[in-house]
Amino acid sequence: MNWLAVKAIYRAEMARFVRTFLQSIISPVISTSLYFVVFGAAIGSRIDEVEGVSYGAFIVPGLIMLTVMTQALSNASFGIYFPKFIGTIYELLSAPVSFLEVILGYVGAAATKALFIGLMILITASFFVELQIQNWPAMIAFLLLTCISFALFGFIIGIWAGNFEQLQLVPLLVVTPLVFLGGSFYSINMLPEAWQTVALFNPVVYLVSGFRWAFFGMADVPVGVSLLAIGGFTLACVSAVWWIFKTGWKIRS
Amino acid sequence: MTAMVQIDGVEKTYKGGFQALKGVSLDIREGEILALLGPNGAGKTTLISAICGITMPTGGSIHVGGHDVVRAFRKARAMIGLVPQELTLEPFETVWNAARFSRGLFGAAPDDAYLEDLLKRLSLFDKKDNQIQELSGGMKRRVLIAKALSHDPKVLFLDEPTAGVDVELRRDMWEIVAALKETGVTIILTTHYIEEAEAMADRIGVISKGELLLVEETDALMARLGRKEMRISLNEPLGAIPADLSDYDLRLEDEGQALIYSYDTRAERTGIARMIAALTEAGVTIADVETSQSSLEDIFVGLVHQRDNAEGDAA
Repeated sequence: MNWLAVKAIYRAEMARFVRTFLQSIISPVISTSLYFVVFGAAIGSRIDEVEGVSYGAFIVPGLIMLTVMTQALSNASFGIYFPKFIGTIYELLSAPVSFLEVILGYVGAAATKALFIGLMILITASFFVELQIQNWPAMIAFLLLTCISFALFGFIIGIWAGNFEQLQLVPLLVVTPLVFLGGSFYSINMLPEAWQTVALFNPVVYLVSGFRWAFFGMADVPVGVSLLAIGGFTLACVSAVWWIFKTGWKIRS
Repeated sequence: MTAMVQIDGVEKTYKGGFQALKGVSLDIREGEILALLGPNGAGKTTLISAICGITMPTGGSIHVGGHDVVRAFRKARAMIGLVPQELTLEPFETVWNAARFSRGLFGAAPDDAYLEDLLKRLSLFDKKDNQIQELSGGMKRRVLIAKALSHDPKVLFLDEPTAGVDVELRRDMWEIVAALKETGVTIILTTHYIEEAEAMADRIGVISKGELLLVEETDALMARLGRKEMRISLNEPLGAIPADLSDYDLRLEDEGQALIYSYDTRAERTGIARMIAALTEAGVTIADVETSQSSLEDIFVGLVHQRDNAEGDAA
């Protein structure tokens, strides 16, 4: 195991984050504040409470999930796509590293960034609403697993993508709709019954639900199922990455 | 002398069926500069890519410093530095961080003193805090070399080090390579400039259509195949070569204005005196005579031509 290489990749990726620190931090903070103004204050004033939690507080877990997923995904996919695009991938391929070190470096850095931004949103949210976190370990576990699994997913997209359009395709066409339909801003119990069934096919529902359970102790689906879902998703991504590693798919000719 | 890089029957066939390497075998000695010479698409870059791990060979084996590049890839690759043909660099990175990154990636512990010395040797030290995008093309190429040398490799690959580089920078590059040789690094470079191979390399390998046509000491190659040509300008144009002179290797050029005589400088007799005497006897008057050494370019073209002819005969 070439830990020095993992460190080198991780540092280089984090350096990019630091270089663009202001925009990395400011844009999620601003958009979170906007969500609070729109959903929390404007719409929330009419919704009042969802299952005993003020609407403003209710949307916080979903909001964090929304941002963490998109950030982990886009950071990891861009992180590995960029060297492919500008050609510096030659260095990774010729280095004494296996795919494992490359993944640890890129996915680790992307997950770290996403985690950091997630925590920033949590802090920002605490200025707007009174937050309670009933189960800290579960909250951290869900947050970490989401950061890691979506960074892995992003890494796969970055490997797969042949151009910038493809790089944007999955986040735009798949992830964003799933996240918005995943109960970030509402409880799926508020949906008509038929749609509730449909929603159960959306993996994001399980993540948001489990994460919300860690905050308020209430969930759309049993928390064990949520844990299984995120565990399963992580496993699926790991298997896909393992397969890429075995076959050298899209990397080594 | 031990072989630093051992290439045995390496083949590379791409999925579409294109065979880029057709069983290349070659031993590269420790500390030498070897030039792989060949036209575009000959398989030079594919061969380098196969050694460095960028492409997986479909046949044969490669050892670097005794380590198999597939099975013991970590040990093999840790000994290798690669300077790619294109200026591929992360534009927003500083020179210093780029070199540090490469060193870490190749599994070497941080050593600022080594990197400082390296950047100084490449006249990059005063640019160490500049972003790479601020540098000129020549400087960027130096950064690529610095990255390739950041982990103190034993073998350095330079893929077309002077492609698209102006004359001054090319001389610069030659000096850098000569200085690197002094440090004991084994250097393999690819080029399609014959002049370059001649100026830098201890040995030259000629590669064409995925095959290594020959590998020879640069001087020996020049001497062995170094034929000379004599150009005899005539006062009166000739319609054909006089029959008395048919034994000589002569041909007419410039619509009969000049006779070209090819001869081997190493042969016991060059036949020049007899040939000129025969010319005079035949009544041909000579206006001027000049001789020229055939360049590596001629040798190369000749080799490829020979091989193609052989292929044609076989078919």
